[in-house]
Amino acid sequence: MASIKRIQKELAECTTSSPAGISVTLPDDSDLHRWHVTLQGPSNTPYAGGAFGLVVSLPPDYPFKPPTVTFATRIYHPNVTNDSQGNICLGVLKHENWKPSTKLVGVLEAVRGLLAEPNPDDPLEARIADEYRQDRAGWEKTAKQYVARYAKGEITWPEKEEGKKA
Amino acid sequence: MDSDDEFMSAVSSDEDIALDDSDNEDLSGAEDFDFDDDEPPDLGILKDVGHKKKAAYEVKYTVYRPEDIQKQQDDLVNEVNMILDIRPEEAAILLRYFRWNKERLIEDYMDKPRQVLEAAGLTQKSGKPPRLEVIPGFVCDICCEDEEGLESYALKCGHRYCVNCYRHYLAQKIREEGEAARIQCPSDDCNLIIDSISLDLLVTSELTERYHTLLNRTYVEDKESLKWCPAPDCPNAVECGVKKKDLDRIVPTVACACGHRFCFGCILNDHQPAPCGLVKKWLKKCADDSETANWISANTKECPKCNSTIEKNGGCNHMTCRKCKHEFCWMCMGLWSEHGTSWYNCNRFEEKSGTEARDAQAKSRVSLERYLHYYNRYANHEQSARLDKDIYVKTEKKMVELQKKSGMSWIEVQYLNEASQALQTCRQTLKWTYAFAFYLARTNLTTIFEDNQKDLEMAVEALSEMFEKPVADLAESKLKVDIMDKTAYCTKRRLILLEDTAENLATGKWTFNTELSAPAVSSGSSSRQ
Ligand SMILES: [Zn+2]
Ligand SMILES: [Zn+2]
Ligand SMILES: [Zn+2]
Ligand SMILES: [Zn+2]
Ligand SMILES: [Zn+2]
Repeated sequence: MASIKRIQKELAECTTSSPAGISVTLPDDSDLHRWHVTLQGPSNTPYAGGAFGLVVSLPPDYPFKPPTVTFATRIYHPNVTNDSQGNICLGVLKHENWKPSTKLVGVLEAVRGLLAEPNPDDPLEARIADEYRQDRAGWEKTAKQYVARYAKGEITWPEKEEGKKA
Repeated sequence: MDSDDEFMSAVSSDEDIALDDSDNEDLSGAEDFDFDDDEPPDLGILKDVGHKKKAAYEVKYTVYRPEDIQKQQDDLVNEVNMILDIRPEEAAILLRYFRWNKERLIEDYMDKPRQVLEAAGLTQKSGKPPRLEVIPGFVCDICCEDEEGLESYALKCGHRYCVNCYRHYLAQKIREEGEAARIQCPSDDCNLIIDSISLDLLVTSELTERYHTLLNRTYVEDKESLKWCPAPDCPNAVECGVKKKDLDRIVPTVACACGHRFCFGCILNDHQPAPCGLVKKWLKKCADDSETANWISANTKECPKCNSTIEKNGGCNHMTCRKCKHEFCWMCMGLWSEHGTSWYNCNRFEEKSGTEARDAQAKSRVSLERYLHYYNRYANHEQSARLDKDIYVKTEKKMVELQKKSGMSWIEVQYLNEASQALQTCRQTLKWTYAFAFYLARTNLTTIFEDNQKDLEMAVEALSEMFEKPVADLAESKLKVDIMDKTAYCTKRRLILLEDTAENLATGKWTFNTELSAPAVSSGSSSRQ
């Protein structure tokens, strides 16, 4: 398959010269389409000191279809669902914006950028977005509590869902 | 871009509605034909009008077939290509970018060609004709293949990808996402639009047709004056000059060459005389009150005299209880004998007296009753139209037998088909008169409206009743003549009602107890997906 070469190249780039605060591993060496990514919470944010697990799954049609990226670690953020799903609202991951030349390293950097700078105008959690805008101190406090509770220590990765197409 | 005003003609007061003649295959292009002859085209509502002056309920429109739509685009592209001296495929992109406003495009291009080309995703440097190339040392940035002899392609932006990736990308856009006119270069920081020459070069043959279909669609969807016929599988489009802002004054019913009659304003089935704004409100109200509505539209009622359950099995409202032979009106449960005469108030809701209304609870009950009154009649005509149709289908079969017995020819039994069509159309109109009446505030004009409604309703019920006669009776020539007369009468009554309501709507004489138009939506899109 044509996409294998591309994925191998991207994986090599991400593992050998990994960008700041981002590290990539494969949970199963025989499956190039599922990546485990660890994000370090950016400094000067409530997420600093936390380690966040991201699951990246590449569709069979990658890079013509966008990957899906979800948080494996609970996080208190306007653009991430406040549940065990950890869905992310990120423009580049939407089908209509995705271009086959977009690289995963750019996607991961964009996710980390979202931690440094939440986007309350396009929220997944409207309540958290309101709090972020109107009560920054309160928002920061809860975000830090979440970090202390969920983002310290070993990341618990979700089981791979068999038979479910990305 | 808000360009429509200067470029599309307003509602015209021309004599005849220009309609595409469905038998004439070589007609094309809007400007090519004009109906100057006196014979009205053989389509829908115009059939029995015999008009010289355009009626208030009519709008001017034209039906286009796929080949007409293609030709219009080709003509515009050629024209722009000649005037601006640019390649046809570039002219096509520019026209699509300007939503087919040729005048605006030419004006802007003359003024500042560079900016126009850039904005439309065309860079100005026009090089050699596009072709696939084999470039030594090329590595595709999408698939990372670098094998020798790998063919690749780049738009003017220079972003080069292998032909396999390009095809995969385009196939996905065209087949899965239904895009054609605005597919961008695959590079993630480039919004250059892929022109049609490049597409023709890259798109594989099995996708070409789909891609051209999609391009055609954007032509129709980009123009406010063009809309697809919403009938399933109908490939035609209708052109009409009525705009969104006109919809408070006119109900633009159009009839496609396929026979489907719909509102050009909101694409729903014909809803004259009610304007689009009221229709939207009414349908929402009905959906919100659907539980009550379900209860109301139930198919059974109890006889007001002996209480035995009676099921409605035809479109006619004249009910006769099987048990006690009591005759009553399905809608108001009143005595039928009172309906046949001039004393007929089944269509008008008599407002309850003020004393009752003073109590808040009674007030809300009155408003519910008022709604149910109109809803009941609205739903009844909807249901009756279906039942009438069922009866026609059954009757049609029997007519075949009848033909054999009576010796009538197929042509001679067509009067039943016409009666059935008239019943459907009249009930469709009647149905909407009740939604219309629900929002109508009482003025000196409402009496005329209610009289017209009543006349039409009585005519329709009479025709519906004749229609339910046993087939043996239908063979009698007397009944045939009666049915034909009644059919013509129903149609006449319907047009009188439509003319009256449309005229008062156009001149703003109606008073409604609600806002006619919905709060303005920022920018309307008429896309059909
Ligand atoms: Zn490639
Ligand atoms: Zn490009
Ligand atoms: Zn049609
Ligand atoms: Zn409408
Ligand atoms: Zn009645």
